[in-house]
Formats: sequence, structure tokens, C-alpha cells
Amino acid sequence: MRTAVVQFPGSNCDEDAVKAVVSVMGASAELVWHTTADLSAYDLIVIPGGFSYGDYLRSGAIARFSPVMAAVSAAAARGQYVLGICNGFQILTEAGLLPGALRRNESLQYRCELVDLKVENANTAFSRDYVAGETVRIPIAHGDGNYYVDEAQLAGMEARRQIVFRYASEYNPNGSVADIAGVVNESGNVLGMMPHPERAVHALLGSADGARVFSSILTSWRDAHEHVNA
Amino acid sequence: MKYKASIYVTLKGSVLDPQGSAVSKALHALQYEAVDDVRVGKYIEVRLRAASDADAGQQVERMCEQLLTNPVIETYSYTLEATA
Repeated sequence: MRTAVVQFPGSNCDEDAVKAVVSVMGASAELVWHTTADLSAYDLIVIPGGFSYGDYLRSGAIARFSPVMAAVSAAAARGQYVLGICNGFQILTEAGLLPGALRRNESLQYRCELVDLKVENANTAFSRDYVAGETVRIPIAHGDGNYYVDEAQLAGMEARRQIVFRYASEYNPNGSVADIAGVVNESGNVLGMMPHPERAVHALLGSADGARVFSSILTSWRDAHEHVNA
Repeated sequence: MKYKASIYVTLKGSVLDPQGSAVSKALHALQYEAVDDVRVGKYIEVRLRAASDADAGQQVERMCEQLLTNPVIETYSYTLEATA
């Protein structure tokens, strides 16, 4: 399995994402610069956290027009896995690859802490190694994580089970609609989440609960390849 | 022709504006009790070349829809001024 981690000017969780992929999946991961025009060789594309283009204008607004984003859209359309974490989630919503938008935190404060998440849907390529309804601990670190969709869109997303993670334990750190922390697209191959699973892949980091995002992807990829070979 | 576009971007009325709420509370604390609501937005000034007023307007609207605003949560208005 081949993974690309996209680097924009201002990405700062790129190396952590590479280390998470290598340590959890036992697979290689390559850093690719935002000018890369072709990502067809990769099975998983990670859009990491950070402050691409200084978050000028809006978080993710300028990165969304980087040359690599046409390749990310093409990859998503082909069914390759795309995982957007934090700023990566913001970029994917700006690009229209995921519904909704991320606003300034309701508190106006940057929040950097371990939070409880409820696994809302354990039946996606990114969450199948979790148990539906379980509570996991994964850190957040963001100022613009306040997820918004209008009520009609939210109802459609709930019906299609596109909400994968919600903030739990009655603590919503940013004001997100319906406590939403992570969503998947309708096809199920693009996930965006504000919490950082790559920072929670070992007990020494405070939690190993994020590791299952990566192991889920690997399991899904293996399944798909067994089907191809069968 | 040269133009100056003055573009105002605000969150849609249906979208909660945490900055506006904080400023509104601060104004109330300063005894501005007549303040009913505050929305905080962005002002963007774009200088551009265009063949006509209509062309300038079309360019500005495209810019707003493609990059300058996020139509999911924001709305905009603008004024155009011929500068030369």
C-alpha cells in the first residue's frame, strides 16, 4: 500500500502523519509537494494539519487552489482513500470534496487538548476497527474547527450515515453543529476530521486511540485488493 | 478602464457569528445598550482592469464566488469605483 502525505507551505503535521502511517500500517509513506500534479500511484492521500498559506483569507481557502488539489479531486473520484486532518479537513471542505465549512471556534479560543470522541459510524473504510458507539480519546489543536452545515444538509448526512465521529462526554470544544468532529463523503472514500489521529498512535503520546483510523484504512485496502485478485 | 472594488464579506444571517457576539457583549458592557446585533466581517479592496462597469462587476462576482468567500457560510456585497 502506497501513501502520499501532501505538504503545503505551512503544513506542520506532515511528518507526524508519515510516522503514523509507517508505524501503524507498516507501509511506506512519501511526502509530496503541493505542486505535484499526479497522485494516481497512491492508495491513500493524507492532507495533513497545519496552517497552509498562513490560513490567509480563510483556513484552507488558498491551499484549495494548489496544483495538487486537482490531483486529489481526481484521486477521490477514482475511489482512492483521502484523509484530511485538521487543516486538511478545512481544505477538503473548501474544495467541495466534503460538505460543510469550518468556522472560528465559538469560544474564539484556540483549543489544544485531548478530547473524547464517540464513534458514530464504525462501518466506514476509516473507522471499521472501532466499535460503533465507543468513546475514544484523540487530541484536537485548532482555532477554526466549528463545523457548519445547514439543517437540511445535516438531515441528509445523518440519513446517509456520513457523520463518523462526534465530540462526546457532553463537551463540544468548538461549537460544531450536532457535535460533529469527523465526516465522510457520500462515496465513503474521503474522510475529514478536526482531531489528530496521527498524534495518538501510541500510549506514550497520551493515547493510542487514533491508530485505528490508520489500521482501518489498511484493512479496507487489503479487502479491496483481495476482491480484485479473486 | 481601471476600477477599485470594495468588497464586504460577512457570515450569512443564519450562521452564528462568534466574533460578532463577543463584540456585541463588549459594547453592552460599555453601556451601549442600544446595540441590538453585531456582525464582524472582512473588507477586501481589489484594484482591477476591465472593459466596462459590467465587465468589472462580473469579474468581481466570479472572484467572490470562487475564492474570496465561502458560499456555504458567507455572503458578500461590493461597490465599484472607476479610478482612471
